[in-house]
Amino acid sequence: MKSLVCLKQVPDTETQIKVNPEGTGIVTEGIKHIINPYDEFSVEEALRLKEKFKEGEVVILAIGPDRATESIRTALAMGADRGIHVNDPAVNTADPFAVAQALAAAAKDVQYDVIFCGHRAIDDDFCEVGAMLAEFLGLPQVTLVTKVEVAADKKSAILERDIEGGKETVEVPLPCVVTSQKGLNEPRYASLPGIMKAKKKPIDAKNAAALGVSVEAKLQSKEYSMPPERKAGKKIEGLEPPDAAKQVVQALRNEAKII
Amino acid sequence: MSDGLDYFNESHHILRRTVARFVEREIKPYVNEWEEAEEFPRELYRKAAEVGLLGVPYPVEWSGFEADVFHEVVVTEELIRSGSGGVAAGLNSHHIALPPIVALGTQEQKERFIPPVLRGEKIAALAITEPGGGSDVAAIRTRAVRDGDHYIVNGSKTMITSGVRADQVTLAVRTGGPGHKGVSLLVVDTHTPGFSVSKKLRKMGWRPSDTGELAFQDLRVPVENLLGEEGMGFYGIMHNFQKERLHLCVIANATAQLALEESLKYAKVREAFGRTLSGFQVTRHKLVDMATLVEVSREFTYRVAARIQAGENAVKEISMAKIFSTQVCDKVCFDAVQIHGGYGYMREYLVERLFRDSRILSIGGGTSEIMKEIISKMML
Repeated sequence: MKSLVCLKQVPDTETQIKVNPEGTGIVTEGIKHIINPYDEFSVEEALRLKEKFKEGEVVILAIGPDRATESIRTALAMGADRGIHVNDPAVNTADPFAVAQALAAAAKDVQYDVIFCGHRAIDDDFCEVGAMLAEFLGLPQVTLVTKVEVAADKKSAILERDIEGGKETVEVPLPCVVTSQKGLNEPRYASLPGIMKAKKKPIDAKNAAALGVSVEAKLQSKEYSMPPERKAGKKIEGLEPPDAAKQVVQALRNEAKII
Repeated sequence: MSDGLDYFNESHHILRRTVARFVEREIKPYVNEWEEAEEFPRELYRKAAEVGLLGVPYPVEWSGFEADVFHEVVVTEELIRSGSGGVAAGLNSHHIALPPIVALGTQEQKERFIPPVLRGEKIAALAITEPGGGSDVAAIRTRAVRDGDHYIVNGSKTMITSGVRADQVTLAVRTGGPGHKGVSLLVVDTHTPGFSVSKKLRKMGWRPSDTGELAFQDLRVPVENLLGEEGMGFYGIMHNFQKERLHLCVIANATAQLALEESLKYAKVREAFGRTLSGFQVTRHKLVDMATLVEVSREFTYRVAARIQAGENAVKEISMAKIFSTQVCDKVCFDAVQIHGGYGYMREYLVERLFRDSRILSIGGGTSEIMKEIISKMML
C-alpha cells in the first residue's frame, strides 16, 4: 500500500501569534513550528495502511523553507520511508493554487494508491489545497475523512467522512485524494529509535525549476491584522438584586442584542 | 523554553516534541491525582519505555538511540514541564541506579541488569544513604560478608528513590575495612528473602516519587552480582555524580522556568486595586528579576553540559551550577508564591507544589555545602 502524504509545517498551536509592524505577515522570530495537526493524522493513517498490508511505502511531500526539514524528519521518525522537500521562495509562501500546482508536479514522480492531505492547515485555514491537488491530478477526492478501509485488492476504499451533525460513508476508486479530519486516529510518537533511524532516511530537495513548474498565484495577501481586543465587560453595581437583574436583562437586550 | 542556539539540533527538537507529547497525554492529566496519592502507576514506566524515553543515554544496542548530553537535558526538561518533579524523579530513578553498572559491570551483568529496566519491566533504585549519615559515602556501615558464592548483607538504607517499588537495587555495602576503599557495589534482586522495605517515607515535595527505607537481614546476594571488584564501589558511585548533578541543575532551571511562566500568566489576569498585578511596577520588576535569574542559570548549566559532552572534567563548574541553579529555583519559586499571594499557598495552584519541590534540589545529589567543599578544595 503506497501513500503520498502532503505535509505542511505550521506555527505551534501554543505560540502566541503577533502580526509584524508592516502588516505583511506574522512575526516569525522565536516561533516554534510543528507538523500541521491534520497532516499528522495523515501520516499516522498512511503508516497504518502500510502496516496493515505489510508492504508499500509512505512518502512525505512538503513545501517550505529550510526549517521544514525538521517536520519531514519528524514524520520519518514516526516511520515514513522517505521525504520530498520542495523549497523554493516562489512556492513556499504562495497561495493554495500555486501550492497545489507544485504538489501535483512533485506527485507525478511518485507511485501511490492514496494521497493524503490535511483537510486544512491551521495557519492560513484555506482548506483548498487537497481539493485543488485532486483536480490537477484528475483524481477523485473525499474530504473530512475520519475512517479509512481499503479493499484487499487496493482498487477501492470505503471512507467515513464528517457531515453536519453526522457521518457519511462513501466508496471511492483508488487512487484518490483523501483529506484528513480530527478523529481519524491518534498519531503515534516519534520514538527514540525512530528518531535515530530517520537520520539516515533520504529527503529529496527540489525547487520549482526541478519540478518543471512555473507557479502562478491567484491570490495576493494584502494585509494581516490582529482581531480587535476584547472590550472590558460592563459591571452593574450598587443595586438590589431584583433591580440589578432588570438592568442585566435590559443590557443583554438593548446593548448586546443577545435576547 | 528558549533553546541555546548552539546546543540543540534537529534530533533534539524532534525528541523534545515527543517527550512533550508524552507528558501532555500520559502525565499531565493525572498529576494532581498522583500528587495526592503520593504514587504514580507502575504502568508509566512501561509506557515511557515504549517510546524509548527510559533509554536515553544508554548504549544503542539496548536503547536503539544514540544520545548526547543534550538529549538527556531535553528529556529532563520536558518531564519537569509536567509540573511534577516527583513523577520525573521516580520515572528516572534508573539514571542513578544503572550508571554504576555501565561503569563497572561485565558484559554479562549489563545484559542481565540493564535491558529489563529500559524496557520498563523492572524498576531500578540506587541505595547509598544510611540512617546514620547522608553525604559521607565513605562511612557507610551496611556490611556484606563473603560466604562461599554469596555475600551476606546486613544493614539499612534510607531516603532511597523508588526504594519501595524497586525490583533491583544497586546497593553500596562495606566489604572491606573503614573508609572509601572498603566500599563495594552489589546489584540486589529485591524479591530475595532478607530484603525488606521498613517504611515508605512521606515527603514535603516530590510526592509521587516513592522514597523508602530499606532493611537487610542476612540477605544473600550471589557474588556474580558484585560490580567490578571489591573496593571499587566508591569509584562506581562517584563516576556518575557529575551527570546526576547536571540533571539536578536542569530540574532546578526547568522548575524555576515553570514558576516564572505561571507567575507571568497570573500577573496578567489577577486584579488588585483596579488593575492587573502586571500593572504594578513592583510586580513587573520582580518578574524581570526572576526571568533574568532563570536565563543566566540555564545558560550556565548548558555551558557546563557542553563541557561534559566534550569529555572535559567539569567537576568544579557543575558543582557551582548546582549551587547556583538550586538557589535560583528556591528564589524564583518563593517569589512566584509571593506574586500569587494567598492563592500561591493553596494546593490548586501549581506554584505551591513547585515551591515544595524546589526545596530538595539543594540537598539531593550532594548538598550545597558539600558542593562548596568540593569547589573550595579545587580553588585553595
